[in-house]
Amino acid sequence: MNTSENAILEARDVTIRYGGKAAVKGVNLSIYEKKITAIIGPSGCGKSTLLRSLNRMNDFIDHVTQEGEILYRNTNLYGEGVDPVEVRLHMGMVFQRPNPFPKSIFRNVAWGPTINGLPGDINLRVERALKQAALWNEVKDRLEDSALNLSGGQQQRLCIARALAMEPEVILMDEPCSALDPVSTARIEDLLFELKQNYTIVIVTHNMQQASRVSDYTAFMDSGILIEYGDTDQVFTRPKQKRTEDYVTGRFG
Amino acid sequence: MSDSLPIKAGSLGHRSGSLKRRHLAAQLFKAMCIAFTLFAVSVLGFLIFQVGSDGLPWLDWQFLSNFPSRFPDKAGVKSALYGTLWVVSLTTLIALPIGVLAAIYLEDYAPASRLTRVIEINIANLAGVPSIVYGILGLAIFVRFLGLERSVLAGAMTMSLLILPVIIISSKEAISAVPSSIRLAAYAVGATQWQVVRSHVLPAALPGILTGIILALSRAIGETAPLIMIGALTYVAFIPAGPMDEFTALPIQIFNWASRPQAEFHELAAAGIIVLLVVLLTMNALAVLIRYKGTQK
Repeated sequence: MNTSENAILEARDVTIRYGGKAAVKGVNLSIYEKKITAIIGPSGCGKSTLLRSLNRMNDFIDHVTQEGEILYRNTNLYGEGVDPVEVRLHMGMVFQRPNPFPKSIFRNVAWGPTINGLPGDINLRVERALKQAALWNEVKDRLEDSALNLSGGQQQRLCIARALAMEPEVILMDEPCSALDPVSTARIEDLLFELKQNYTIVIVTHNMQQASRVSDYTAFMDSGILIEYGDTDQVFTRPKQKRTEDYVTGRFG
Repeated sequence: MSDSLPIKAGSLGHRSGSLKRRHLAAQLFKAMCIAFTLFAVSVLGFLIFQVGSDGLPWLDWQFLSNFPSRFPDKAGVKSALYGTLWVVSLTTLIALPIGVLAAIYLEDYAPASRLTRVIEINIANLAGVPSIVYGILGLAIFVRFLGLERSVLAGAMTMSLLILPVIIISSKEAISAVPSSIRLAAYAVGATQWQVVRSHVLPAALPGILTGIILALSRAIGETAPLIMIGALTYVAFIPAGPMDEFTALPIQIFNWASRPQAEFHELAAAGIIVLLVVLLTMNALAVLIRYKGTQK
């Protein structure tokens, strides 16, 4: 699996510091196209920080410095002249807590494509995104209702639809189910399998069952270091590192 | 909690000595809060009653449509009312864009540096500077240096200085209350900073910003000292036709009447206060209305 031929994203020697403190230390990681990659690890291990570096969301946090390269189809996302706004057109993001805009369901999905002037009929685009996010049937008759009236699980699927409407190549998910109940979680996991056909997905999760269920590859991080990375089956059943084994068997974390 | 159910401390066998004392302290505190609230409300009620009983008999169309006069029967607030409306309108035009834009800059654009913090602290300090100081500043800069004379414009610019800190602080608070998760969500779909501010931050902060502006304007409406300082007139028998005209304002007119010896003029002052209060309440009602409309969407 270490052939980097179909790697869509590659982290090379990435170190990320908050002020002086390193949250991510020298991470090398390849993300493969149209696969689901899970990043697991205990709280504060740097997995969310690493995820946010992939669409330059760390730019909004003061005093963050980053070393190393993030290559997206062989272009360094942190290279000179790279527009972070353009980066985010290729990398959609779903956050830990559902964060719909306090606007109508339609506007939530339509806003991104509209401001970016994406081609095609906006109504069709919204419908397609909502269908892909398995939300269409629940909201098709009330697209003008406020998104805030949806349940938490519906809101999160709306946020997924919002990301999908941009037709990104990669979708970054930062513990997307941590604020949801088991039923909503299951729906989103089903959704991930569907989305895998068209999108590359990177998901940060606390939930090891979730990682083993949905992902093709799993990266285990601890204290900012990438301890182990490989096929999900291998990482969970035949971990090479003692710390990985301890973590996935629930001995710590 | 409801106090309709009598609480019997100790009914579960708890050694109830201290529990009883704590319930008593809670009751005492509640009674104190009620007493102080009643006191404040009754003082206000007394003031309104006093002003109303003095001023209401004088309040008629003639009072609103006449210029001031040395005969109480003919005196009115027309020039003062127009002057106040002129000053408030111009002040809004000047202070609103500057204040809101400054708040947006400080909240969303300025780097989190020491300089930014110094600026923010000083804006907060400026909000506490006595209004007469702004009057002196306005006299020196607008009236003398810029040669605006005793115009409505000079008055409005002085008032703008006075209320800018209040507008900036309240707008900043409203803007920072917009959850950062909304901003991040917008950035994540490829928005530029301006798009995030225009489409998400400003609409969400608008009700709070408007409330701050109306409160600030309400303060400006009642201020007398800075206007006297820049030389607003006390006797004006015309209404300003443009921003460069001389003017007077309601608080000045009220002060002028109240300082005369005749009792009739004191009652006229009370009537002027009622007019001022009505203008103020209308503005507040407007703010409530806009807030309500804003939260409905």
